[in-house]
Amino acid sequence: MTTEKKPAAPTGVVNKRKLEERRKFLRTMILGAAVLGISTLGYIPVASAWRVRMRPPGALEEPDFLASCIKCGQCVQVCPVQAIKLDDIDHGFGVGMPYIDSRKQACDFSCDAVQCILACPTGSLVYKKPVYMPSRSEMKVANPPILLAKEKDPEPTLNLKERTGLARLVRPDACLAVQGKGFKGQARGADFKGRMRFIEVDRWKPIRLSDHPFDLELCDLCVRTCPIKGAISLQPVLDKDGKKHMTPTVHEPCLGCGVCEMICPVEPTAIVVDARKGWSA
Amino acid sequence: MANKYWESVRVMLGGEPRKVEAPEFTEEAKTIHFYKRSEKLDFDALKLEARAHQKKGKWLKRRWSVLLAINLLFTVSFWLDIQILEGALTASRMLGFHLIDLNSALQVMLAHKHIIVNLFIGTGTVFVLWLLLGGRTFCSWVCPYHFLAENAERLHVYLVEKKKISDHTFHRGVRTVFWVLFALMAAITGYTVFETISPTGIVSRALVYGPGLALGWVVLLLLFEVFYSRRAWCRYVCPIGLTYGIVGVFSPLHVNYKLANCHHEGECRRVCEVPHVLDCVIKGRAPQAEMDIGADCTRCGMCIDVCPSGALKFEIKGLRKIM
Repeated sequence: MTTEKKPAAPTGVVNKRKLEERRKFLRTMILGAAVLGISTLGYIPVASAWRVRMRPPGALEEPDFLASCIKCGQCVQVCPVQAIKLDDIDHGFGVGMPYIDSRKQACDFSCDAVQCILACPTGSLVYKKPVYMPSRSEMKVANPPILLAKEKDPEPTLNLKERTGLARLVRPDACLAVQGKGFKGQARGADFKGRMRFIEVDRWKPIRLSDHPFDLELCDLCVRTCPIKGAISLQPVLDKDGKKHMTPTVHEPCLGCGVCEMICPVEPTAIVVDARKGWSA
Repeated sequence: MANKYWESVRVMLGGEPRKVEAPEFTEEAKTIHFYKRSEKLDFDALKLEARAHQKKGKWLKRRWSVLLAINLLFTVSFWLDIQILEGALTASRMLGFHLIDLNSALQVMLAHKHIIVNLFIGTGTVFVLWLLLGGRTFCSWVCPYHFLAENAERLHVYLVEKKKISDHTFHRGVRTVFWVLFALMAAITGYTVFETISPTGIVSRALVYGPGLALGWVVLLLLFEVFYSRRAWCRYVCPIGLTYGIVGVFSPLHVNYKLANCHHEGECRRVCEVPHVLDCVIKGRAPQAEMDIGADCTRCGMCIDVCPSGALKFEIKGLRKIM
């Protein structure tokens, strides 16, 4: 046996296979890094909190809410006024999670029972926070909130222990009441699609705001449509010229439902709800 | 027996199928392999005969009907307010009963670290359901992304055949790594990170609540699968598949392989999303005359549809004994 007669080792084949193995390994590493990189991008919108979302009633504190929401949208489905929307992917980790844009469609508690809480399968929305869940004292309401729509019922209160935000008059100068002006017509114009229920029309059927025009000598829309007893009232105040005028004043029972923000007829709204803000005397 | 399950899990996690040596074959299997080698001409004639009498696409039609029906039931339940199946695939209520996707539930449990009763009930119901129906059956019979990816796959295969593009594979073990990493990220960060990019959740929500920007991500994934790597998401990334795969390890519903009927043409492996589970159909590989296809199998039935000789069939374990 001579060395020349030995069959040539298929080095080319082996190398090619090895090369492909190496390529595959490299590709796999890149795939891993890419998918992880893309998935963690979702942290940017959350960390920068570029949009502070108002969550549905009974929501846990934001970090717990983000952790526990399973993004199924069952809360969206049960809402009689469809106030609840789901966030898109530009909200990062918050994609598919429910929020309420009060100016477009506020929660007016038309369902009487806060059904979104009932629908939530993971406990992201709760009637009462479990003791081990963090909560802030300023979010707790002092007394069980009385829902004006069922004030005459045997059980007039709403099963909610905490508020989701707090209403605030941001542009007092624009407020019609402050200016002493009245209001006549559809609160948000003919094209506005938002709905709410009016007890005097039908307690169980929310109607479009555009189907319910008003004629008021002094605008008190935010006060007269507020669903919670004692949450807001018009209070007389003296301005710097010593002239008396009325101004909407938010009180402790406010739950931050956002009806006042939805109905405010001036553009942009004079009153807003600060999401996740608590009451301070 | 335990060995069989372990092997099935090992292959699912990314291991290469073990080549069983001939001495380990059963006598029956040895005999069948022997006759297959000896009668080449008859064998080829049998192949042609079987091909001529093949029925096409039976399981595909059934499966797509079920998949579309389930997903559209979500849609119409909301749009027509008939309330049969409320929610999305991540979590829903069927006629009032909670159903919760196992992987989404896992992510939420790890991120939130608290489990409430409804979550537990819904997860338990779905666990039992897929334990009976075969785990990854969820992927091919329910997942709406699977449906999209399947159609993208046809385009990919066509382009490869036309030599316009070439397919790129990855190491299958990376899916196991992803599963662990996504679980760790949920537990450590407190965010359900995977849910952000899960095309299953995104497509399901889009079907119920309307389309959004998130669909752009799904389109990117599909483009990647069409032009670069066949079925990349389902094969190499998706932890949902692995979660259901583990549930399906002991499932009574699986595809059964009969060595005697097999012509070893390899069509089944060509259409399969997870061809490593069909390693036993390669000529001379099957150690037993009858074998169960492993846990990673999505029970999609494509192999059954394409097999001309009935070597692959759905089987419910125990049912044959009872009947």
